[in-house]
Amino acid sequence: MKKVLMPLVMVAILALIPFVGVQYAGLSYLFGVIIPFAAIVVLLAGFLLRMADWMRRPVPFRIPTTCGQEKSLDWIKYDRLESPAHFWEAVARVLSEVFFFRSLFRNTRAELHKDANLAYGSHKWLWLGGLAFHWSLLIIVLRHSRFFFVMVPGFTDFLDHADGFLDVTLPTFYITDAVVLAAITFLVLRRLMDAKMRLISLQTDYFPLFLIAAIVVVGVLMRYVVRLNIMPVKDQMLRLVNFSFDAPGEIGTLFYVHLFLVSVLAIYFPFSKLMHAGAIFLSPTRNLSNNSRQKRHINPWNSAIKFRTYSEYEDDYREKMKKANLPIEKQ
Amino acid sequence: MSKYAPKLSELKKEFDEKPTVLKGDYSPQEWWERPVEFRDGNWCFSGKPEVLQDLGFANPRKWAATDDDWQLPPGWQKTISEGLQSRLKKYRSLKLFLDACVRCGACADKCHFFLGTGDPKNMPVVRAELLRSVYRNDFPLVEKILKGFSGSRKLTEAVIKEWHMYFHQCTECRRCSVFCPFGIDTAEITMMVRELLNLIGVNNNWILAPVSNCNRTGNHLGIEPHTFVQNINSLVEDIEDLTGVAVEPTFNRKGAEVLFITPSGDVFGDPGVYTMMGYLLLFHHIGLDYTISTYASEGGNFGMFTSNDMMKKLNAKMYHEAKRLGVKWLLGGECGHMWRVVHQYMNTMNGPADFLEVPVSPITGTRFSNAAATKMVHIAEFTADLIHNKKLKLDPKRNDHLRTTFHDSCNVARGMGMFEEPRSILRNVCNSFHEMAEDTIREKTFCCGSGSGLNAEEYMEIRMRGGFPRANAVKQVKDRHKVNSLVTICAIDRASLPPLMNYWNPGVSVYGLHELVGNALVMQGEKKRTTDLRENAMAGFEDGGDDEE
Repeated sequence: MKKVLMPLVMVAILALIPFVGVQYAGLSYLFGVIIPFAAIVVLLAGFLLRMADWMRRPVPFRIPTTCGQEKSLDWIKYDRLESPAHFWEAVARVLSEVFFFRSLFRNTRAELHKDANLAYGSHKWLWLGGLAFHWSLLIIVLRHSRFFFVMVPGFTDFLDHADGFLDVTLPTFYITDAVVLAAITFLVLRRLMDAKMRLISLQTDYFPLFLIAAIVVVGVLMRYVVRLNIMPVKDQMLRLVNFSFDAPGEIGTLFYVHLFLVSVLAIYFPFSKLMHAGAIFLSPTRNLSNNSRQKRHINPWNSAIKFRTYSEYEDDYREKMKKANLPIEKQ
Repeated sequence: MSKYAPKLSELKKEFDEKPTVLKGDYSPQEWWERPVEFRDGNWCFSGKPEVLQDLGFANPRKWAATDDDWQLPPGWQKTISEGLQSRLKKYRSLKLFLDACVRCGACADKCHFFLGTGDPKNMPVVRAELLRSVYRNDFPLVEKILKGFSGSRKLTEAVIKEWHMYFHQCTECRRCSVFCPFGIDTAEITMMVRELLNLIGVNNNWILAPVSNCNRTGNHLGIEPHTFVQNINSLVEDIEDLTGVAVEPTFNRKGAEVLFITPSGDVFGDPGVYTMMGYLLLFHHIGLDYTISTYASEGGNFGMFTSNDMMKKLNAKMYHEAKRLGVKWLLGGECGHMWRVVHQYMNTMNGPADFLEVPVSPITGTRFSNAAATKMVHIAEFTADLIHNKKLKLDPKRNDHLRTTFHDSCNVARGMGMFEEPRSILRNVCNSFHEMAEDTIREKTFCCGSGSGLNAEEYMEIRMRGGFPRANAVKQVKDRHKVNSLVTICAIDRASLPPLMNYWNPGVSVYGLHELVGNALVMQGEKKRTTDLRENAMAGFEDGGDDEE
């Protein structure tokens, strides 16, 4: 299984680089300042450029995939979300995809049974796993905002509190840490266990999963096992967000591994399938309202096409048309 | 049965015994290592040289998919790669759909061709990867450093053969796009790849011949004006024989209120002609002021399966003719891909239609504001409104010999969102209607397996496989509710579902919705009716039987 091992090895090597670099070569400035800064620049610039690159391309036709009743006759109730007739309904449709993975919720699983019989079952595991993964990541990222503000913002405290409500360990155990690891495990396992998934998966599908898993594992180690002193970490992060390029203080090596892997993820992001995060907003089958018969959609490059006109047609068939008593324009 | 399809018992045996990825076979062979094999039943005859010449298409020659050498034109790699680049610039959809896929696998088992073949390249995600892998080759540097990392490959003749096979095992039905979390629409990718293939003369005669016909004669079947009129007139005679009512359609008549356009299959093909008879009865019943054009005599548009430019060229006739005849608005018959074109493309490509008026039903006064710009109304919307306003005299008992189920046609379902209109009509014209399984209807409907220009006889094996999920869902309601009638609102369905039913579910017949309307309509001055439009005896209307309320 080269497609699985290669990305795994790559992530392992990536994790070793800062470990060796900081522990043995004393490159804490490189890994603590230069690379994170560069990574943020690449992420932001790359993300914006990719979005701009998509947005500058025209949407010649209005092609929503209608997954619900169209708006037609007054007495037929139309599906505002799945067949939006207005702009705001289409916005709601996109947001329902972004926040709740609405289309994945529809997922079914087809099985071919004896004597050529197909059966379909509801199959929401991918939806559940995907939702758990993405929401946990979002909460984890938001929780990290405590490192970037002198005064910890209120919503971070709230998230912290909610996320740690189990309160079983010291420091408080975050549920999202467990959820995200469980979700990643699920997402990797389904790629390995399901024959279809195994076949369609590429190295680029395993790599980000392994990379994110490594980031989380290192983070968890720092918090619960190695118990890094977080004050210098916060000092360093505050410096970064204030565009200060001072050398970092004394921080455990594990932190540099964590930060470097995050930097790799940030750099990898705009060049990879992770851009689905931006693409989901732009998909023309989801973000357009289904009103192309009501309101003309404009194609900026509408090609000039010469078609066969009626008079050319009549010229060819005039005699036959006369015999069939069809009205004609020219005798 | 066709010599191009295996016996049903053989196919069932294969389904039971052959290990496939659908049934959980873990073959270590990657999809790009699996060979492409053309044989009888899995390729459509290639475009004839004279058809290509007529259309001005590239590389006219005699060739077959089973040939080793496809005689591709010199510099074909450059043609494809430049063609791809220019389309990436023109279509955000293409670029986005190539970039956004995360291979989550939600689409994998949603394709009817995958369910009927078990071939991994028929999983929509892999179908798109066939193009994506070549598109990614634009970053050769990354690929060199991390060989195999992003799964890219070079454009070779083997890739062209693979494209030809698998982009003709996609009916552009959009079922995968319903389930995709990003709405990636394989139809969009298939349309683009077929355009590219046409640039180098890799094609399908069953698509290109109708395109050429339609351009010349106005319809896919190549019917010339006098024959077109003759055919409808023979239906008029049949109607008079059956009902005693003389309906009077007009042709190319200026000043009519409505121009009616339907697929030419309804004029020529069985069982489409019965649907046509239904339209004619309906229009007569309500006294509609309409005309039919011999020039714009095709609702369907095989240009859609060729290229966007060809789609536009063929579609342009509708507005052109409407303007010449001075009608107020357009009414369209039952058809699938026709309505994808009319609903999502026509006004953008060939509009604005400001010489027409916003359609208003002359019978009910209903203003079709949903068609305010395109000015074209679907016959199911039109009839549903008539029935809702109680303008039709219907006797649903006349369809009591039919136990029906309804097949949502892909394009009308997922490219338009029309679900309730046909159902409300069906419920009013017949007494027995049973829905198929929830996962196989409405937006999750399964294609007939022959859409997008794949309805060729020589393609029978793939068609019977592709139609298997639809047929299987019909079988369930046949077993459970004794359903014997499959009702649809698509001309390709009417042509392709009868052989599919014969193959998988003998005893189930295929009907157009308006054929049932025609059966149920109580016409003024009609004679006693004992048979339906097909001259099949109706239940409870036998001679001497009591058919009065």
